[in-house]
Amino acid sequence: MEKAHAKHQWRSNTLPALLTVGPVTLVLVLLVAIPLIYVVVMSFCSIDQYYNVQLQFTLDNYKRLVSANYMKIYAQSILIAFVTTLLCILIGYPFSYIIARTQSRRKKLLYMLVIIPFWTNSLIRIYGWRTFLGTNGWLNTVLQFLHLTKEPLDLLYKQGTTILGMVYCLIPFMILPLYTAIEKLDGSLLEASADLGAKPVVTFIKVILPLTSSGIFSGSIMVFIPCLGYFFVSDILGGGNSDVIGNLIERQFQSGNNWPLGAALSIILIVITLVLVKLYQRMGGDMDSLGV
Amino acid sequence: MGYIVEINGVNKIYGKNHVVKDLDLKVEEGEFLTLLGSSGCGKTTTLRMVAGFEEPTSGSILVEGEPIEEKEPFERNVNTVFQSYALFPHMTIFDNIAYGLRIKKVPKAEIKSRVTEMMELVQLEGFEKRYPSQLSGGQKQRVAIARALINRPKVLLLDEPLGALDLKLRKQMQLELKRLQKKLNITFIYVTHDQEEALTMSDRIAIMHDGILDQLGTPTEIYEQPRTKFVATFIGETNIFDGAVVKVDGGLITVNVENGSIVGTGQDFRESEYISVSVRPEKMKFSDTPVENFSIQAVVKDYIYVGSVIKCIVLLPNGNELKIERLAGETLPKPGSVIYPYWNPEDAVLIHTQSDKIFEAIENITFS
Amino acid sequence: MSRNSKRKAKKARNGIFCGLVYLFLFLPISVIVVNSTNATTSKPYLSWKGFTLDWYVKLFDNTQLLQSFGNTMIIAVVSTLLATIIGTIGAVGIYRYHFRGKGIINGLLYIPVVIPEIVLGISLLTIFSKVNIPRGMLTLILAHVTFSVPFVIFNVRARLSGYDKSIEEASMDLGANRLTTFMRITLPVLAPGIAGGALLAFTLSIDDVIISYFVNGQTKTYPLKVMESIKSGVAPDVNALSTLILIATILLVVLTQSGIFSKNKEHS
Repeated sequence: MEKAHAKHQWRSNTLPALLTVGPVTLVLVLLVAIPLIYVVVMSFCSIDQYYNVQLQFTLDNYKRLVSANYMKIYAQSILIAFVTTLLCILIGYPFSYIIARTQSRRKKLLYMLVIIPFWTNSLIRIYGWRTFLGTNGWLNTVLQFLHLTKEPLDLLYKQGTTILGMVYCLIPFMILPLYTAIEKLDGSLLEASADLGAKPVVTFIKVILPLTSSGIFSGSIMVFIPCLGYFFVSDILGGGNSDVIGNLIERQFQSGNNWPLGAALSIILIVITLVLVKLYQRMGGDMDSLGV
Repeated sequence: MGYIVEINGVNKIYGKNHVVKDLDLKVEEGEFLTLLGSSGCGKTTTLRMVAGFEEPTSGSILVEGEPIEEKEPFERNVNTVFQSYALFPHMTIFDNIAYGLRIKKVPKAEIKSRVTEMMELVQLEGFEKRYPSQLSGGQKQRVAIARALINRPKVLLLDEPLGALDLKLRKQMQLELKRLQKKLNITFIYVTHDQEEALTMSDRIAIMHDGILDQLGTPTEIYEQPRTKFVATFIGETNIFDGAVVKVDGGLITVNVENGSIVGTGQDFRESEYISVSVRPEKMKFSDTPVENFSIQAVVKDYIYVGSVIKCIVLLPNGNELKIERLAGETLPKPGSVIYPYWNPEDAVLIHTQSDKIFEAIENITFS
Repeated sequence: MSRNSKRKAKKARNGIFCGLVYLFLFLPISVIVVNSTNATTSKPYLSWKGFTLDWYVKLFDNTQLLQSFGNTMIIAVVSTLLATIIGTIGAVGIYRYHFRGKGIINGLLYIPVVIPEIVLGISLLTIFSKVNIPRGMLTLILAHVTFSVPFVIFNVRARLSGYDKSIEEASMDLGANRLTTFMRITLPVLAPGIAGGALLAFTLSIDDVIISYFVNGQTKTYPLKVMESIKSGVAPDVNALSTLILIATILLVVLTQSGIFSKNKEHS
């Protein structure tokens, strides 16, 4: 009986498990876990004069990265990410709410209209903003043509421009989870709240907000974290005045050629990410609602 | 002639849960056998072990004399009708029913004729191109049955198939299933928690309780001669009196219970043995004067009219209720009156309690 | 104010707000489309020199651009295919079977989703260079598979949780072995989830900038070619290509949407 049982277990449990989960495990271990471990190792390495990585344990990289200059950029990144997330919530929430709860027959169309712009290459769209906002760009041309301004507005290459670009790129990651969360809202709860005497504002604070908070949380995570790494937005629109941590990393792997330093920067970014995710989980965030 | 299904010494243990305990059950060919019990008693687990979705922890299961415990579900000649119907949502009704035949690579023409024949049998002609989501509960039920039966299994396993249907439809389907079974002469093993359903449809009932087979018998045997207290109370309604035997006079047994003494008939009962006495409500009688051999007194509390029958609620001195049933139209004493319940001694079922069985076993060891 | 007029005012206000948001979303798109018809011929291609459709023709002379687009397509199709297969069977396996290390795998799955892309990009770059894998199409495809697989798994898993397992038991009960059951029953019923995951993987792959930036070696993908042009000034033919892609995707969406309504119902 024992042998037969073991054979049955193999056939109905172990073998299928191996076959189905094997490939994924391979991908995750070889292409995610091991590379990340290697990055950690590399962050403690140094380079020789030929920019080759030396396997010699050193804390120099991290020491450099806690200097004032770097701390300034970390603070700037977090500030940019924070403002971006806030704007995404302020614009995205009402928008998602209106679209998700509309009775219009064109609801699906409205939803698709949000997604369609994002099927165009994001770089070229950001470049579109540059064209629009430049000193000789569209906006200034039109404003001057209409005699609304005498001189061209200097809109590019500021922190605000970078934030605009970030919001533009990341707002769908706020809208989509919010839309899902708001759609699940049971209309009869709102009716009950009104029935019990609550004004719309009160209903919003006491009923709608708590019930859709999961959407806000997952949206915030999906906006804040990528923001720290989106170097191309600050490159194209910010012109070097609004670097985020992503820019620092990119520089070390391209022109700076100091991979260990870049690795250490990446570790710092990972640490910040982990802190945020833990915060998210602590506030009741559901890991399963990310990425769907 | 052997049995078509034999369950020998089967145990099923999940971690710390001993769900099926030493089950011995032999199913005759062509019979409608029901596994009856409340949830958690092990009946569904037993069925799934015969189907192949669970493996017995120990013991063996034979189908047509061959052991099948190591066979996969798709290697067995039994088919199942699932509680949730489990119809394939992405296939038409025709394709659902034809599925088993297609797997066996039956020729197309034969598939068509057999499916058509089966759909006529379950009265679903015209539904071939529909999808499960377009069908009502009763219709889905019939598709599930057709899909299983078309494979001409030796044994059909049904896992509470009528649970989700409304009362009227359920009663209709009970008769249809019974008719189908008789017509096709296939062995049915049926699982349900509804004792009325079991009594209506079965040739034999196996009552399970806490993983143990309490009693196996025909509906009549189960109802009239329950062998354990559980069976007596599970099937139909009954009144149970617990007490010690004070006198054994041939077949007439006198028992001292909390409210007095009563009599019943039975064999193999000894004095001072602790037993239970079961009397069905419809067998209870009462008079306004004391009756010989009985010394219980009770007070009529209320009557409930249920159409053809009147349920009488009668209070015993210790606060317990007696259930008595009388036919409508009889004249009955007013609420508040004192009555003396009694019955025909042959109508009482005397049941050995478990502890006495153990006592007996110990005695036998000592003296042999 | 009466309730009715209040409601109408609210509706108007909402409409204007949403309109503004849509304007915001489509503004750069319109810049791109309009600029694709710009008759300008000199860098940085910013001033308006008149309307022309010439660039849509000149586009096909730009072999480098077209090749980069071709690369992107190949990478997207191959990586989506691989990610979908690996992800689908992975999701079924994780959901269905119990094994040690399940928690670790679940945890690892979240990393590519949550971690900033740049970290994934450089980590792959460092490991590829350490193991001496030349950067190019192969590394791009591997990278794209890596970030796509978790999305496929999440999508399929969502579909799995509403799934009645007894239909698989029914299939085996009726004589189909495990493989047949998987192909004929499990996969078709999971199809919407699989399709959703595949679509997401494809979309992510076509637009991937950051990760591709690090692991591409000399191979140019379309987004990377755009990045290159941005440094020197984006010629209208790039805009033209983007416009064409946009039109193609819109058409695809319109077709599939109307296609669903005429197809026979497939439900669960």
